[in-house]
Amino acid sequence: MDYVKAFVTGGAICVIGQILIDKTKLTSARILVLFVVVGCILGALGIYEKVYNFGGAGASVPLSGFGYLLSKGVYEETEKNGILGIFTGGLKACSGGVSVAVLFSMLAALIFEPKDKK
Amino acid sequence: MKTTEQEKEEYLKKVDKITPNSPIIKNCIWAFCSGGLICTAGEGLFKIFESLGFSEDNRALLVNIILIGTSAILTGLGLYSKLGKRCGAGTIIPITGFANSMVSPSIEFKKEGFVLGLGAKMFSVAGPVIVYGLLTSIIVGAIHYFLMG
Repeated sequence: MDYVKAFVTGGAICVIGQILIDKTKLTSARILVLFVVVGCILGALGIYEKVYNFGGAGASVPLSGFGYLLSKGVYEETEKNGILGIFTGGLKACSGGVSVAVLFSMLAALIFEPKDKK
Repeated sequence: MKTTEQEKEEYLKKVDKITPNSPIIKNCIWAFCSGGLICTAGEGLFKIFESLGFSEDNRALLVNIILIGTSAILTGLGLYSKLGKRCGAGTIIPITGFANSMVSPSIEFKKEGFVLGLGAKMFSVAGPVIVYGLLTSIIVGAIHYFLMG
C-alpha cells in the first residue's frame, strides 16, 4: 500500500509540473526553482509534512521535497541554536544531497564524453 | 535580435503544427507514470534501508545518494535525456532530474575547462534552485523564530 501511495503522490506532483510545462512554457529551471520554493513554503506551513506522511518517498523524491527538507532543517536549527539557526538550518539539511550531486557530477564528467546532439 | 525572435515564433508555430491537438493529456500520463515509478523506487529503497536499521534522516540521504548516482550514470550514457523526451516533468521534477541538471552540463562543458566550464556550468540550473531555496528557508526560518519562537 505504501508503494501505491508513493506512486500516486509522486505521479501527481509530476503532473503539476507537466501542466506547468505545457501551459506556461516555463523553462525546466524555473519550474525546479518554483517547486523548491513552494515546497519550502508548504513545509513551513506544516502542509507538506502531511503530504509526506501520506506519500513517503512520493513526497520526498520530487524537488518539492527538497524544499520541505530546507524548511524542516531551518525550523529544527532555530529551535536548537536560536537566531543563528536561521542561517545554518537550510544548508545543513541539504548538505548531503548537494555534496553527493557535486561529487557524482565530477565523476560522471571524468568518465563520460559528451554525446553528439542531433 | 529580431531575426532570432522571428525564428523562435516560426519554430513555435511549426511545433504547434506537428504536435497533436491535445498532447497535454498524453504528456501528463507519461509524467504521472514515470514520476510515480521513480518515487516508488525511492520508497522501495527507503524500506530496504529501514530494515537495515538506519535512522530516518540517514535513510533519506541514502535513497538520494542511490537515485542521484543512478541518474548520473544514465545521464552519462545519454539515456536520461532520451527518457526525458518522453516522460517530461516525470523525469525533471524528481531528484534524479535535479541530478541530471548538474551532471549533464558537467559532461558537456568540461572541454571549456574545469573551473569556468565544468565548475560553473554544473550549477547553471542547480545554482538558482539552491539560491532561491535557501533564501526561502531563511525567510521562513526568520518568521518562525521571531513570530512563533
